[in-house]
Amino acid sequence: MIGKNYRLSDFLTWASAIVMIVALYLVFVYAPTERTMGDMQRIFYFHVSSAWVGFFAFFVTLIASLAYLWKGTRRWDIVALSSVEVGVTFMTMAIISGSLWAKVAWNVWWTWDPRLTTSTILWLIYVSYLMLRNAIDEEARRGRFAAVHGIVGFVSVPITFMAIRWWRTIHPVIIDSQGFSLATPMLITMLFCIGAFTLLYFTLLVHRVRLEQLADMVRWLNGQMVRWSDGRKRY
Amino acid sequence: MGNLVYLFAAYAVFWALTFAFVFNIARRQKGLQREIESLKRALETRQERACSQTSEVLI
Repeated sequence: MIGKNYRLSDFLTWASAIVMIVALYLVFVYAPTERTMGDMQRIFYFHVSSAWVGFFAFFVTLIASLAYLWKGTRRWDIVALSSVEVGVTFMTMAIISGSLWAKVAWNVWWTWDPRLTTSTILWLIYVSYLMLRNAIDEEARRGRFAAVHGIVGFVSVPITFMAIRWWRTIHPVIIDSQGFSLATPMLITMLFCIGAFTLLYFTLLVHRVRLEQLADMVRWLNGQMVRWSDGRKRY
Repeated sequence: MGNLVYLFAAYAVFWALTFAFVFNIARRQKGLQREIESLKRALETRQERACSQTSEVLI
């Protein structure tokens, strides 16, 4: 099983590396320069893809958390935790790249626009998920509390996504009721970047899950050592 | 040219965070694998020692 995992993670790692190089080529060579913003608009491709991976990662956490509460198996808890860690990393990228873009487009590093505000709340909710996990020692209790947090916290994802449609905002709307408001080469680049980032997400998730499995194995072996020592003392 | 600094910064942040995440996982995985190997060796040694002691007692 572990051998299979290693082969899968190796394949995903190489595939992600190749796909990310192609994504960079599309962003900097294939995609045309936007008329108003110029080359700065090229932030958009990785900014949108990072935010997408953040949302998707939290959706995976929702599913894994529900599965954990239903089945109670440690594997789902590991997937939920790993997905939050990857999701928080990508949401951090989306927020920082958005701030850099805002500096050029709006001449401010930050503004309390509905999208920016809801994104920050979303990020804080999942950072608090990680803090909650660190605060509880007992494994089953930690898993249950985190699963409930993962389920309730997901409410903030659709709110963040819909914020630019529900409230007045200065954040651009790319997907509206008429579809994508982008030129075809830009749309192709964006969709490819989203696909590349999704693959990168799965790669990081597989590696992070394996790390947690190794940590579990260490705990199990330590338990065996303690049990062995206790048994010998009694003998 | 001035604005390109922000573009560079955005992509630098992206790659820095990605590599930090990957290297952190790789470092922790290596550490855990070493720990697993040493724990397995320690368990085997204890088992072997216990087996030899038991056979000595039986003899």
